[in-house]
Amino acid sequence: MTTTKKLKVATTSLAGCFGCHMSFLDIDERLFTLLEHIEFDRSPLTDIKTVSPDCDIGIIEGGLCNAENVHVLRDFRKNCKILIAIGACAINGGLPAQRNHLSLPTILEEVYHTSPGLSNGLIPNDPELPLPLNQVHPIHEVVEVDYFIPGCPPSGDAIWKVLTDLLAGRKPELGHGLMHYD
Amino acid sequence: MNQHFMLDGRSIPFEEGQTILQAAEHAGVFIPHLCYHPEFKPHGSCKLCTVKVNGRHTASCTMRAVAGMSVESDTEEINAERRALTQMLFVEGNHFCPSCEKSGNCQLQATAYHLGMMSPHFDHFFPNRPVDASHPDVLLDFNRCILCSLCVRASRDVDGKNVFALSGRGIGTHLIVNAKSGRLADTDFALSDKAAQVCPVGVILKKRQGFAVPIGERRYDKAPLGEPVDTTEGR
Repeated sequence: MTTTKKLKVATTSLAGCFGCHMSFLDIDERLFTLLEHIEFDRSPLTDIKTVSPDCDIGIIEGGLCNAENVHVLRDFRKNCKILIAIGACAINGGLPAQRNHLSLPTILEEVYHTSPGLSNGLIPNDPELPLPLNQVHPIHEVVEVDYFIPGCPPSGDAIWKVLTDLLAGRKPELGHGLMHYD
Repeated sequence: MNQHFMLDGRSIPFEEGQTILQAAEHAGVFIPHLCYHPEFKPHGSCKLCTVKVNGRHTASCTMRAVAGMSVESDTEEINAERRALTQMLFVEGNHFCPSCEKSGNCQLQATAYHLGMMSPHFDHFFPNRPVDASHPDVLLDFNRCILCSLCVRASRDVDGKNVFALSGRGIGTHLIVNAKSGRLADTDFALSDKAAQVCPVGVILKKRQGFAVPIGERRYDKAPLGEPVDTTEGR
């Protein structure tokens, strides 16, 4: 890892659980080594809200379950030279996609109207709320994705391997033990 | 065993009547496969075991070995084709490994790891396939079926029961249960059946033991696919 200028890395969680971000933090003290080579741009770790137009690496956790997710994803793709899908949800929709065989009205009806314990439930329709998509989609179905780190979540070691491979100019590869879909 | 053919530049001995896949396994050379099982007649449908024989594609589980033939298997080109087939299997069903009891013991998943499948690449179908939990001892989760037909063959050829069948054609092909109601509970299927042991993926699952062995300590967590695989794996 002999980069002179620090690479800008942006991260976000779309329809995810932030588990992949937690796993990212599991690289532990290697985070200090990483910070010698990168700086964080938009990320839950910095609380910066917009992606810089000259980002080097964008890391996307989670799939697409609503219109805002799509907007954020396209913004990342536009501004990041390399886009990485991290975790099962970004790669195949994951847990949120388990709703895909049900119609959206059926789900909203059950969640807000007919589930036990609800009284006078209303389906939220504030214009501030992003509209849900009919189905949850993995991100490669909407934008081009350069690299994938599978796992639910991928281990800190797997994330470290991919990032260090990229920083060293190698094609990222996960061997046995780091390659997991579960 | 005095006849030989060449597999990726290596001389493989074979006996008359052996297929390329059988001879390769006997010689300790792994060729990826999903619908092939050493105890059953080859089905030749998953095409994962495709090799090039004298420059032409063929399924190595059905092609008999012939002396002097030249076979390519572990090449970048063929593995890319195998990877694409595996990706198609993933997007055609609902393969959510994190919530699957079979994860870590799954031959489809291990094959995908073996082939370096980093993403499903294609658009997902997200089909609607209800599960059948009617049987007291066995759960059927059709979401993960890859149509290998091993349960069909095991039930018909070993158990003599004919519990399963593949119905429909082409992309509409699907696994069915041979009962008027379509429910497993209304067949004579039993946990002791061979058909209950052969599923390479997470369709036919024994109830009440799902996570007895934790994820991370399972068969393919410990060692990658790459040796002849016994799909009756000990869970």
